Amino acid sequence: MSTLDEKAPVATGTASPMIRVEDLTKVFGSGSSADEAVALAADGVGRREIQERTGATLAVHDVSFDIAPGELFVIMGLSGSGKSTLVRLLNRLIEPTSGTIDVDGRDLGSLGDGDLRTLRNERMSMVFQHFALLPHRTVAQNAEYGLQIRGVDAAERRRTAEWALEQVGLGDRADALPGQLSGGMQQRVGLARALASDTDVLLMDEPYSALDPLIRRDMQKLLVRLQRELRKTIVFITHDLNEAMLLGDRILLLKDGRLVQVGTGPEILASPADDYVAEFVSDVDRSRVLTATDVIHEPRITVTLDERPSDVLVRLGKAEATGAYVVDSEHRILGVIRDDRLGHAAATGATSIDRSALVEEYRTTEPDRPLIDLLHQVGRNPVPLAVVDGGRLTGVVPRGAVLAALSTHPEATHPAATHSDSTHDRNGNV
Amino acid sequence: MPRFELGSYVEAFILWLLQNAGALFDGIGAVITAVVEAVTVVFTAPPWWLWLALLVVLALLVRGVGFAVFALLGFALVSSFDLWTETMETFGLVLVAALIAAAIGVPLGIWAARSRAASRSLRPVLDTMQTIPAFVYLIPVVLLFGIGVVPGIVATIVFSIAPAVRLTELGIRGVDSEVVEAAHAFGAHPRQILREVQLPMALPSIMAGVNQVIMLALSMVVVAGLAGADGLGTIVVSAVTQLDIAAGIEGGLAVVIVAIFLDRFTSALADRPDSSLLAKLRARRATAPTASTTAAPAASSGAANRPAGAAGVAGVGAGAG
Repeated sequence: MSTLDEKAPVATGTASPMIRVEDLTKVFGSGSSADEAVALAADGVGRREIQERTGATLAVHDVSFDIAPGELFVIMGLSGSGKSTLVRLLNRLIEPTSGTIDVDGRDLGSLGDGDLRTLRNERMSMVFQHFALLPHRTVAQNAEYGLQIRGVDAAERRRTAEWALEQVGLGDRADALPGQLSGGMQQRVGLARALASDTDVLLMDEPYSALDPLIRRDMQKLLVRLQRELRKTIVFITHDLNEAMLLGDRILLLKDGRLVQVGTGPEILASPADDYVAEFVSDVDRSRVLTATDVIHEPRITVTLDERPSDVLVRLGKAEATGAYVVDSEHRILGVIRDDRLGHAAATGATSIDRSALVEEYRTTEPDRPLIDLLHQVGRNPVPLAVVDGGRLTGVVPRGAVLAALSTHPEATHPAATHSDSTHDRNGNV
Repeated sequence: MPRFELGSYVEAFILWLLQNAGALFDGIGAVITAVVEAVTVVFTAPPWWLWLALLVVLALLVRGVGFAVFALLGFALVSSFDLWTETMETFGLVLVAALIAAAIGVPLGIWAARSRAASRSLRPVLDTMQTIPAFVYLIPVVLLFGIGVVPGIVATIVFSIAPAVRLTELGIRGVDSEVVEAAHAFGAHPRQILREVQLPMALPSIMAGVNQVIMLALSMVVVAGLAGADGLGTIVVSAVTQLDIAAGIEGGLAVVIVAIFLDRFTSALADRPDSSLLAKLRARRATAPTASTTAAPAASSGAANRPAGAAGVAGVGAGAG
């Protein structure tokens, strides 16, 4: 089974948010009905009732969030949840009814038409569900569209477009027309168009929803790879929670235009905000969302070479283990010492462990590996799977911890429990 | 029910226009006359065989061998009817009328596509222009511009402008809204969006409109003849008044030949069929090993996308020749 490469670490820290959204509301409807709808929404009236009473549609209601520079932020919701409206509010393709959007500290609402166009052109680009390419222009001409609007000269624009097409694996199709390409390739052009503009922010409106599952998987890998290299601030819209969990540094769950929960994938899995989310995440393939970090344990016992074998044997006995990692002063793994070897050494009265007694019977993994990658590695050796970060042993993953994480339920009494249990059994028995 | 004297009011208005704005209409008339005469000279001055050859070559370029054969036989027939000059005059008349109609109609269509109000208010006007019997406005138009080619042109424009407006509006409204949205998202100015996204993507529809304008303009040839414009219309009108079946048939057939030629010609400009000589030339250039990046965009019309097949057809054509 193939899995995605590791995610880029979340860019958190002191930097101010790239995008800040505060109390954002959008109502589709005429002036008075919209005002009435906003008032009803503030009283907590549901979307359907608002529609019936005022005729206005409450698309997004009172949503606030920050997106850090370099973050891949996923907005996830079912159809009609307002996610497509929300992403269009972020570059004012749709005018908000109320609330503010700051992009890199600039209030979008205060911009005139010209400034707004400049900001869209230079700071934000967008990828669309149905690609939205110009059918009468070649792939390269499509890729350079943003630069053409910016007024970049033809030669440079072509160079940049070719670079962008190279990035998405379409370097050899620059002179084809979009109509000659498959859906997946067309979306690569859409992505290249956004990359060529070299904007800080990338808005992606369900970019992979129209693609076949296999192609979608390729495109997800491509995005993960590009993001690791380019570190854009990406707002990614999807209705697929697995996709959201796979890609998102953080995920915003939207339901009926209202924010339900924001958090990292494991956070949402571990503590869903309400029943709606809980039911939702019960279908998630945990083995792809949770990583080694989520199940890491402090090793019960580690050993250094200068320890007396007889002492180590005692500690091993207390830890109920048959072997232990031997580490140096920098906590780098030198090897594994087994109890039988320790027994021999103790019998000869040795005062330290001989390096030649160490065995290589262990496996290591990186902290951000998904559990699916660990399943075939855990439980094969006398010592648990080692989690190594930058050459250092940071912890271990016992087999039981992996299996427990895959079958754990945030709410054991939840009605969806039986359903998801069967899912987890399947994963656990791989 | 009191009698509403609408007809008298309009008549009074026309007479008022004639007295107070006569110079304006004379000016417009003079310009149109000059343009039509210039175009007609281009069509009628060279010997008939030169134009025949040119039309055949054009047919070959835009559509292919079959259309070229039709052009050769059709226009040879017209020439043998002794209607060459009249046919060329009709050509000039129709082209000028269609050009003016498109020049007014396409911008109106763009306007209608961008504004619901414009679209709503244009619709009944276009309906009226298309359905009101031509003779009704021929009288005031002749009064304003005098007998001759100008009232013929004006009447033709009034009758034929509707499809240019309607199909332009339809074409622009039909452009994939996500593509327009993408242009906005990349910061394009509305003018750029119109020029680089909406008009190119609406082009097939706009060309279909222009094609319809030309066909409707041809159907007005006889009315134009009544108003005093030269051309095949005059032949048909005199045949009708003299009950000359033979002359009527020949004149009518000449109109049909011109109509079919212009229809196939303009629709080929919109569709760019693979069988056209132009497409084959493009395909050959695209497959040539020296094809540079500058040549490539030119080769990117839909026609050039099957280089192997097109080259094969070209090879067969060369072999047959």
